[in-house]
Formats: sequence, structure tokens, C-alpha cells
Amino acid sequence: MKNIEVPALARVEGEGGLFIGLQDGKAVEIRLDIYEPPRFFEGFLVGRFLQEVPDITARICGICPVAYQMSSVYALERALGVTIHPQARALRRLMYCGEYIESHALHIYLLQAPDMLGVQSALELAATAPEVVKNALRLKKIGNNLLKAIGGRSVHPVNVCVGGFYRWPKAADLKALLPDLEWGLAASIECAKWAATLPYPELEIDYEFVALHHPDEYGVIEGEILSSKGRVLTIPEYENGYIEEHVERSNALHSHTVDGNTYLVGPLARLNLNNQQLFPAAKQVIKDIGVELPLKNPYKSLLARAIELVHFYEEAISLVNSYKPEGRSYITLKLKAGEGTGATEAPRGLLYHRYKIDDQGLVQFAKITPPTAQNLPRIEADLFALAPQIVEMSHEKATLTAEHLVRAYDPCISCATHFLKLKVENV
Amino acid sequence: MSPHKPTLAVYKFSSCDGCQLSILNMEDELLDLAGALDIAYFLEATRAERPGPYDIAIVEGSITTPHEVERIKEIRRQAKVLIALGTCATSGGIQALRNFTDAKALANTVYDHPEYLHYLDTATAIAEHVAVDLELWGCPVNKGQVLEVISALLNNRRPNLPAYSVCLECKRRGTICVLVDKGIPCIGPATQAGCGAICPTSGRGCYGCFGPTRSTNLDSLTNILTKLERTPGETVRLYRGISGYAPAFREIADELLKEAK
Repeated sequence: MKNIEVPALARVEGEGGLFIGLQDGKAVEIRLDIYEPPRFFEGFLVGRFLQEVPDITARICGICPVAYQMSSVYALERALGVTIHPQARALRRLMYCGEYIESHALHIYLLQAPDMLGVQSALELAATAPEVVKNALRLKKIGNNLLKAIGGRSVHPVNVCVGGFYRWPKAADLKALLPDLEWGLAASIECAKWAATLPYPELEIDYEFVALHHPDEYGVIEGEILSSKGRVLTIPEYENGYIEEHVERSNALHSHTVDGNTYLVGPLARLNLNNQQLFPAAKQVIKDIGVELPLKNPYKSLLARAIELVHFYEEAISLVNSYKPEGRSYITLKLKAGEGTGATEAPRGLLYHRYKIDDQGLVQFAKITPPTAQNLPRIEADLFALAPQIVEMSHEKATLTAEHLVRAYDPCISCATHFLKLKVENV
Repeated sequence: MSPHKPTLAVYKFSSCDGCQLSILNMEDELLDLAGALDIAYFLEATRAERPGPYDIAIVEGSITTPHEVERIKEIRRQAKVLIALGTCATSGGIQALRNFTDAKALANTVYDHPEYLHYLDTATAIAEHVAVDLELWGCPVNKGQVLEVISALLNNRRPNLPAYSVCLECKRRGTICVLVDKGIPCIGPATQAGCGAICPTSGRGCYGCFGPTRSTNLDSLTNILTKLERTPGETVRLYRGISGYAPAFREIADELLKEAK
């Protein structure tokens, strides 16, 4: 069988390629080539005033700018010892709901599902199943509209600041979204039922799942970092448990646990660790479609996203209904030198930031660990696990199955690259 | 209109993906767009790809590596009309902040083994490397403007894009001037319209996503801004932001720094 080579992966965020070297029916070499250029964010954050940080880190990723803004502002608020207004905290969750909705709907329908529907793109699908695609686009649009109502625009919103928000969105603007959100909740339940019927390739991996966990809510913005192997760390302790290191045959800096294991972040990890904190409709849909947790098939990340879509639609409705802006939308900051960490759950998984600031509020040091950098070693390990299956397939099917695995991770290569460290040795 | 549908290719260079995403975010128009154009290459949206030449090439991102320099030349050869999409493509964008420092020092900060990186010392606009037929600013671009440009091309007319500043958008929205009324530093008077004045409307100053206007009296604005600084160096940092390498913003920030010395 010929080697599998995909010079440019389609339907992923950013630019990457895939190479699987086969010999005697075995994979001898697997490379996820990242040729997205470095952009040096951590370098040019140094010297910027802390209030400029969320505007800059948003630009790391056009699909999940809110995640970058949130991890930044929480880290900087910890550095200053600031706690935000409870309604501002709730509004941050609502904003994150908007990002989850647009990002998940995009990934489910436009990026991953075409691999199981025998089409090259959702646009091609529109020819045979226009209603599916129209509903998909509407599901996605509602998330973008929610972001726009809170942040002014959906890509790189402008309203989040260290200390809260620049302004309270008008309650009427948020309430006006309720009919669409109600439609979205019903449509997302249908989406989850449909997602349960898709022909996922078979693959079960014994992952170490890692996600933010909060006893009272689905872990997104605050909590402890929980591992399925029992490790529990506070956010400031993150770097004690998870380490980045060069490994052979990779052009990325790969994360692993202190015990030297790879681990998985993202929708499967969140759903498996935090399903008790899901909203009722999402718990009900898990029962109705008969999903057995933990889900261990990486391709079923799509199903986990669909279940989360139900959750975030329902949570958004609840947060809009209880929205009561009162007083100032932000805390006045007293500048002092300090260090702070922030970790939030981006749609693709745990996103960790650490900053040091001086007494003028200028950044002296920045460290950012994006979800895709943490998942890259897992993607390669999964491809090795998949190899015995794909050597039995036609070259075309094998290529698609391997590509599909990478896409199922929803890798954000633009995010990852700005922090990836390129390979030490040429193989 | 010619009997065949014009072919479209969409490419990504150094960027965050947000401007391409703005195309996929045209939820109401995407299917019509796919009907009016023949999407021949758009990696983020489809696995299907066909070789050029293409009628329209849309390019997101700035040029930051030797490989990208070669790639953009090949894309230019394949494209009848080349559109630079977004502030990275029109000015270098956020990653052009490296241009103000020693890129090697930055690489050393971020990477353990910078000797294995292939990058240029500067991040630059597409037009610094090849001829560009149309530049569309924004971080991200305004999807209404993207539609206007495509629709103008399909109908063989000039696109109607605003030549005025963010100030006019504030006035149109009835937003009270944050600079005059609250003394908040804002470079909206010197920034092209397109965002809908979302920052002043949120009670904060504009930070220049849509690039400099052609006609603003920057010296006069700068005099006001330097008096309103809330933290030392704020005016320089405002200009040296998303559109910081656009010549007008670059020059005024350089002048300020020279005066400070």
C-alpha cells in the first residue's frame, strides 16, 4: 500500500498537512505537518498595557476569539486580585454560549459531517439536502447574533475588558434573541438525534481526559482542572501537572502530563467529566439517544459537540431570562505588580494563560497554551492506533478516514502554531 | 454576464482565519453566493479543489515567510482579479508588530529553538509583493463590504466602499463622541469606517481595525491624544495596534517616539 499523503488538510482551521508512512502493513511514520507560520504573540504582548491584552489575544483565532479574551482577562484579574460583578460573570458565560454555538455548529455541519455523508463540503450537501444546510446555517447564525448583541461583532468582539465589560448590553437586545434561541434549542435536540445516527468509524482509545470542572455549572470559565485519572489541580497549579516538551518526529511542542502520558482536552473530555453539570435538556437527549458515557471514540467528538450545543442553547436561554444589568459593568482597577493565571474551556478544549505585569500594568511576560497544542500528540497517537484498520482499506478510503480523524479534533492550527516549537532534529 | 460562472479561489496566509470565516458567516447569503460563483478552491470550506486560473482570488493574511513570498506570486499568476481581504492582507495586521522590534529577539522569547523557524523579519501586506486589484480593510472585514465587492465584480461595476472615518458612523448611530465628551483616547477620527463604530458605542475608544483614512489631520488628533493619555505611551500603542504598519499610523508613531527621545 502507498503512503498516505495529504499536502493540505481541508475543512480545518489553519494550514497543515498529514503524512502516514506505511511499511509491511504497519504505520512506521506519522506526521502532522504544521506549516502555518509563527506569529510571535507571546513576544509582542510584552510591553503592552493589560487592557490591550484581550484585544490582541483575540486575534490568535478568528473562530474562538472569546476563549482567548476570557483566559486573558481572568489571568489579569487574578494578577490584580479583582473579582468581577456577578452579572458580569453571568454575561461572560452567556458570551461563551454564543461562541460555543457558532463554533460547534460550524464544526458539526461544515467541517466534520461531510466526511460521513459522502460529500466534499456542506455547500455540496445543499444540493441534495437544502433543509439540513439551511438549519445548520441558522443554528450557527444565532450564536453569531448573540456574540454581536454582547460584543458588537462576532469575530473579535470589543466589549470584554479586564474588570468586566465596557458596557452592559441592552436587556431588550438580548431578550429579542429569545425566539431564535428557543428555535435553536429545539433544532439542536434534533441535531443531537441526527448526530447519533451518523456512521462513525470505529476506534476506541483509553484516553486520559482533562477538563475544567466546576461543581455548580458546566465547567467553562472557572473551577479546577480535573483529569479522568484522578488528578485535581487548581488553575495556578496547571504547569505542575502538564508539561510541554519536544518529542521526536514532531514539529510541535507536545504537552504531556507529569507522568509522561498524552492526554485529551475538548468536547469528549468535558462531556465525560462534567455530564452531571449539564442542563436538563442535554441530560435528557443523552438518555433519549442512548449514549453510554464515557465516549471514547474520537470521531464521536461530533456527537459530544451536538450534546453540548443543546446545553449551551438551554443555558443561553436561562442567562438571557435572568439578565439584570445594575450598576457599573466593570470594576475600577488599582494597578500593582503581580502574576496571574487563567484557564477557560475554549470550544476545542482547555486554554491556559499566564501573565506577569509590572506596577504600571504593562505585560512583562506572557505564556499561552492552546488546546490544539495539548491535543497534537494525541492526534498522532490516535493515527497510529488507526493504522491497522486503514491498511486494509482502499487508498482513497484510508486517506479520508485518516483526514476525518484529524478533522474530528477540530484542530485550530492558527492557534497552535503561534506557540508551537519547531522540530529539533530532522527525521 | 458570461455564460460560465466566475471561478473563486480563497487563500490563507499568516492570519487568524477570521476574515475567511466572515465569508462562512454570511449565513443568509452563503448558498446564493455558492450559486453565483464557482468555488474552485476554498480549503476551509471544501475538500474539492480544481486547478487555476481563477477569475477571482481572495487572499487573507500577511506575508511572513520566504515560502509565502513565492506562493503569493504563483497565486497572482493564476488570478484575473486579486483581492486582499482584511487588515493582515492590506497592512501586515497584528503580526506586523514584529516589524517594530528585532524579530530574532521575539523568536527567542517564544521558541526554544528559533534556528529551526523559517520566517521573515517583517510581516507585510500582499501589495508589497504583487499587484493587488482591490484592498478590503478590517479586522475582521465587514461581510457587507465583502458582498458589495463580489457583487460589483459580478456586475462589472466599481464597488461602493466608504471613504470616510469612524466619526461619521458614530454620528449616524447617535453615539456621543467619547473623545470630546469623556476624554477617552480614540483613533476613530483617523480610521476608515466599516465596523459601525462598535467601540465608541461600547463606551471605549476606537483602536484602528479598519486602517487609516486618507485625509485625516493626524498631527492635530495626536496633539489631543497625547494630552489624554491614561498610561504613558498610550498614543504610540494605539497607533501601533492592529493597523500599526499602515504607513500613516507607522509614521506618526515613529515621529512621537523620536520626539520623546
